[in-house]
Amino acid sequence: MAIKTKLNFWERLYFPEIFRGIAITSRHFFRNLSNPFKNPVTIRYPDQKRFIHPRWRGRHRLMERNDGSPRCVACMCCATVCPARCITIMPGEHPDPAIMKYPISFDIDMTRCIFCGYCVEACPVDAIRMDSGIVSVVDYSRDSLQFQKEVLLKTS
Amino acid sequence: MAEGIILAVKIAIAVLFVLNLAGLLTWAERRQSAFMQDRLGPNRANVFGVTLIGLLHPVADGIKMMMKEDFVPAGADRIVHTLAPFIALFPAFVAFAVIPFGDRLPIFGYEVNLVVSEINVGLLFVVAVMSLAIFGVFLGGWASNNKWSLLGALRSAAQMISYEVTLGLTIIGVLMVYQSLRLDEIVRAQGDLLFGFIPKWGIVTQPLGFLLFFAAAMAETKRTPFDLPEGESEIVAGYFLEYSGMKWGMFFMGEFAEIVVIAGVVTSLFLGGWQIPWVSTAALLSVFPGWLVALIQIGVFSVKVVILCWLQLTVRWTLPRFRYDQLMRLGWKMLLPISLANIFVTGAVILLIQHFKGV
Repeated sequence: MAIKTKLNFWERLYFPEIFRGIAITSRHFFRNLSNPFKNPVTIRYPDQKRFIHPRWRGRHRLMERNDGSPRCVACMCCATVCPARCITIMPGEHPDPAIMKYPISFDIDMTRCIFCGYCVEACPVDAIRMDSGIVSVVDYSRDSLQFQKEVLLKTS
Repeated sequence: MAEGIILAVKIAIAVLFVLNLAGLLTWAERRQSAFMQDRLGPNRANVFGVTLIGLLHPVADGIKMMMKEDFVPAGADRIVHTLAPFIALFPAFVAFAVIPFGDRLPIFGYEVNLVVSEINVGLLFVVAVMSLAIFGVFLGGWASNNKWSLLGALRSAAQMISYEVTLGLTIIGVLMVYQSLRLDEIVRAQGDLLFGFIPKWGIVTQPLGFLLFFAAAMAETKRTPFDLPEGESEIVAGYFLEYSGMKWGMFFMGEFAEIVVIAGVVTSLFLGGWQIPWVSTAALLSVFPGWLVALIQIGVFSVKVVILCWLQLTVRWTLPRFRYDQLMRLGWKMLLPISLANIFVTGAVILLIQHFKGV
């Protein structure tokens, strides 16, 4: 949609407005030049890292029970709710009769994950969390971005 | 022999001045634009951890451009395609030959005029040579066998010819005031005082001429707001679309060299060149030896040129690109009539002064 604004005579002269623009950009220039280590808003990323809030959704991790086995009961809630269908769980029967199922494998395809956090909300036993604070999920091949249960358990 | 050495030194000063400042400007442009936008700009390139506030980036760029493949598209005119960057680069350096960077000074027993070439048509020479730059652009666009390149070349031809009219007409006002085509004499004349206290710089006697000349000269450099020939959002990269490696680098360097030359010409015509306000060369020579005076004058000239370069970069990073019809309207319907009026008013004032002085 084109918004047409009527310029007044002063603005149509063009030159005064140029000087106004130059004044604005020069003000920024000299302010930053006066203190080049503080004023520009750039965060020098690999050296300086942004503060990550505790609720920020990063890479997934699986929680453990006290004995070190995964908390997950393979209820498939997260796999069902996942809009990107990136979670694949293969359930198995748990030897302990008090626990119904456990995941034989728990794979997350990070190339498909959209970081919506629905899996965390859906989980009835708080087995999956996204609070690892790992920002960059990058690698050189797609295969290395398929995270298995062991990897997810080790992520902290 | 001594003449030859003096000339060689003067040529070296001129060429190195343009080359180094153009190289520095590639760094300055990125750093300055970053600071204007509250960013930091390039500061990563380093040799063993020494970054020199990003000054190694132009070096890294140079190495990169030398190493890249030099690609000539199929169906392109190989010879013209290769020749075009050279034609685009050389006018900037040649034009600097007539720009004075110091007065006529006695240095180590020799009478040295600190300008490479003392020709009587100095100012016309600058305009003539700078208009040659269009050949590089146009041949490059034509020889690339690419429609975007051709469109860019067409645009640049139209733009540069339009703005050269204003450029030439503005110079006439300066000529009328200083009565000379020789740039060194124009600068020398700017050492006089107006009413006894204002330095008779071009910006005082020709304020409108300064604005017009600066605007038209910026249009000649083909940089934003006048970068329609490149217009990367419309015609990819315009005339140098099919260039890679150092040939592209030469177009790039030519652009920055042109900034330096325009800053030099504007300094000489309107900002008093090497003149220090209220301090004449004779006064300087009575205190300092000749070589020191030469260094001081070259330094003053450099400071003025650098300030004008900074101004050009600021304008480039402040204003958006013109639309084609806006560009043509500005050139033909605004700048041209105003420059004609400028000549008329200047002539009238000069006549009035002559009338009252009874010359």
